[in-house]
Amino acid sequence: MDRIPILKLGRALLVSIQVDIHDRLAKALEEDLSERIVATGARGVMIDISGLEIVDSFMGRMLDNIAAVSRLLDADTVVVGMRPAVAITLVELGLSLTGVKTALNVERGMTLIGSGQYEEIEGDDAPGGGDERDEG
Amino acid sequence: MPIRESDDVVRVRQAVRVQAVAAGLGLVDQTKIVTAASELARNTLDYGLGGTVRIETFTGNPRRGVRLTFEDNGPGIPDLERALTDGYTTGGGLGLGLSGARRLCNEFEIESVVGQGTRITIARWK
Repeated sequence: MDRIPILKLGRALLVSIQVDIHDRLAKALEEDLSERIVATGARGVMIDISGLEIVDSFMGRMLDNIAAVSRLLDADTVVVGMRPAVAITLVELGLSLTGVKTALNVERGMTLIGSGQYEEIEGDDAPGGGDERDEG
Repeated sequence: MPIRESDDVVRVRQAVRVQAVAAGLGLVDQTKIVTAASELARNTLDYGLGGTVRIETFTGNPRRGVRLTFEDNGPGIPDLERALTDGYTTGGGLGLGLSGARRLCNEFEIESVVGQGTRITIARWK
């Protein structure tokens, strides 16, 4: 896998990290996301890490960076689906991700990054969100 | 197993997970040793300029667990005490790799000779 897919859902971008990824892929995601935020005018970024068995300091820093860059580009970031064992380990590692909003699951994450996106979903029937520009 | 490129860090994580499960560690202990392994494998790659890791399980009485030995022939660490301090980094990272990995393990040993390399042994048991 060369790139992690970024889906557009209304005014939000959704990334689901399903497998253990190497560092270069994580860096690529950071760059791809910032470009997509600007290209789509997205107001929110949701990163689903329920597939990740660990988050180490590199991945933690990447999540922090994504949140910081998104904020500068006028988008909120929320990390959802962290496994309990991952949370325990992150805190013991010394990384509490204070700059990153978290939510327990995708549904609560969507609520957190704003409610405007739902009304646009109906008109957005391209599979996987596609590359459509957000006209709103 | 070798640690020569960033894909190897992923392979180390997966191999350690398999051994941690085989040793009968619970999910939180598995996650801790795999996370520590990830930090140290990346250090071996970035600071040690590549190296190896040996993964062993032990089932001795009364403890069962996993022991990992990371070795490199890199530049070594001149000031171990400082390298083990939270937030200290020479590489632009967060400075949590070494200190964090130590907190995640039951056993942590480090030997380093400047100009010769570094060996780190960690273990986690139930």
